[in-house]
Amino acid sequence: MIYRETGQFKTSYAADQQIFPIRQDRIGILLLLAVAFLVVPAVAGNYWFNAILIPFLIFSLAALGLNILTGYAGQLSLGSAAFMAVGAYAAYNFQVRIEGMPILLSFILAGLTAAGVGILFGLPSLRIKGFYLAVATLAAQFFIVWCLTKFPYLSNNSSSGVISVPNVEILGFTFDTPQSRYLLVLSIVAVLALLAKNMVRSTTGRAWMAVRDMDVAAEVIGIRLMRTKLLAFAVSSFYCGVAGALYAFCYLGSVEPDGFSLDLSFKILFMIIVGGVGSILGSFLGAAFILLLPIFLDIALPALSDLLGLPFGSATVSHIQLMVFGALIMFFLIVEPHGLARLWQIGKEKLRLWPFPH
Amino acid sequence: MQFFLEVLIGGLLSGVMYSLVALGFVLIFKASGVFNFAQGAMVFFAALSLVGFMEKGAPLWLAFVLAFVVMTLFGIATEKFVLRKMVNQPPIALFMATIGLAFFVEGLAPLLWGNAVRPLDIGLVDEPIPWILDNWNMVISSFDLAAAGIAFALVAVLALFFQYTRVGRALRAVADDHQAALSIGIPLQHIWALVWAVAGFVALVAGMLWGSRNGVQFALTFTALKALPVLILGGFTSVPGAIVGGLIIGASEKLAEIYIPPVMAGWFGGNFGGIEGWFPYVLALLFLLVRPEGLFGEKHIDRV
Repeated sequence: MIYRETGQFKTSYAADQQIFPIRQDRIGILLLLAVAFLVVPAVAGNYWFNAILIPFLIFSLAALGLNILTGYAGQLSLGSAAFMAVGAYAAYNFQVRIEGMPILLSFILAGLTAAGVGILFGLPSLRIKGFYLAVATLAAQFFIVWCLTKFPYLSNNSSSGVISVPNVEILGFTFDTPQSRYLLVLSIVAVLALLAKNMVRSTTGRAWMAVRDMDVAAEVIGIRLMRTKLLAFAVSSFYCGVAGALYAFCYLGSVEPDGFSLDLSFKILFMIIVGGVGSILGSFLGAAFILLLPIFLDIALPALSDLLGLPFGSATVSHIQLMVFGALIMFFLIVEPHGLARLWQIGKEKLRLWPFPH
Repeated sequence: MQFFLEVLIGGLLSGVMYSLVALGFVLIFKASGVFNFAQGAMVFFAALSLVGFMEKGAPLWLAFVLAFVVMTLFGIATEKFVLRKMVNQPPIALFMATIGLAFFVEGLAPLLWGNAVRPLDIGLVDEPIPWILDNWNMVISSFDLAAAGIAFALVAVLALFFQYTRVGRALRAVADDHQAALSIGIPLQHIWALVWAVAGFVALVAGMLWGSRNGVQFALTFTALKALPVLILGGFTSVPGAIVGGLIIGASEKLAEIYIPPVMAGWFGGNFGGIEGWFPYVLALLFLLVRPEGLFGEKHIDRV
């Protein structure tokens, strides 16, 4: 119904191996980008930018990072928020301590710093796996947040580790409106997502997937486990680090170490479970879903309480939110372990044959 | 030296409390291969139910029984609605499902019983034992000692239960090999529901002790985070491992909290308290690098 690939013949390897081999997909993605870059800034209001679009993009990036590690390389991490914290604080330090540091360079350096820390905490993955590794990543979570709170140097001697970031400025242009910050975040996320999409179908990505499916077997067929796993940790932490830097610089403006708590790590984990483990698209869908759900519940629950005549306090609403979150996670893991991304794929397959499925 | 001993004993006794939570993890992991992240939430739920029934006027023993019934029903429901539907999924997916379960329970429990911090009085007092204070000049809480006694009694009961009853034998068989157990006619699903009920019982005891010490509040869910390093240190599949791991973690964390921050402050200046939060994890992590299966865990053999 939507489109078919009939009549599109590939005459060269390059054509066969491009990221989006079907013409309609290419048009679709270009349209999507055009809408995101041109239409959305023109129509969306400040609330949309500040409360929905910017956090959505930033969390998508963090989810993408975790998805690379957990979805593609199969190493469950519960410490993604800590790597975001490393990114945020590293970017801040590069900005504050080095005079005239270009902001984009400090974002990249922040990502690299996070990657370094990621490799350090990824080292145990060479010896242990599964739950043991998940618990080990909790060590990263608690240790990093503690360090950022206790070492005043890391937060430029501000009290209890709270940092207030300077304005983002590139080549004399100050990104001070929500609109401009949205565009900056969108550009960075688009580039990194494209890179990720490419990476997961390269040799590296295939090696990750082989390790995920069975690491002993992967080793037997000649994949270097140490390199592959540590690379996954590094790339994943890089993405989380950049997301953290954006989180501080383009979203909140002022962050504290405790903001990057275990809860945030779980939130990112939920994003990839709901969106789709091992899917780039899924990271975006999951981020959107987990971000919009509380907003939806905030609107829906009072309406429901009016309808039923039961007064819901704000505490009740937050309890129901927790329950809905938990129930959704279990629901998705039971019914559709591959998440929204798989639903989208199934829908596409069905529509391809519709209305004559046979 | 005396101060050192006091810290050490205090740490060991609080370690027993960690063991108690870790025990719940081990039971479920042994029997069903599920790493139950929701154990902390279950501790919270159990303690809240206990207090809730007591507030309704039930005496302690009755409230305990009722709370145990609630936990059993919860275990059966979990088995029926979550675990049974996730047979044949990879263990890591089950683990993530229990994270979801933890969130669900953390919302459900205060929704049912209210979320105020409530005291729980089970008739134990948290005071130094005079005899030890007089003779040795050490502050050892009678509460901690009693809690340790209860914990050891619980472990003994569980050990006897596992060793000498029919159900216990079935549990051990399931733990060894699901398929083999199924093939000789052990009803797997009953056993799983049962083991969740037993874990609920352990959670109830843990919740009662933790709750009467710190008050019944949301922070009880964090007991799970205290128990995790105990688990990886002791090994996921070993009951003695949970006990020994708890003792090691409890003692070392208290000692570290006393002795490390001054040293660090000497190096860097400033205040470095609160290392309790991560020290057990780093300790367990370092330990894992030497022995990946934990102290008493089964050696993991990979086959291609």
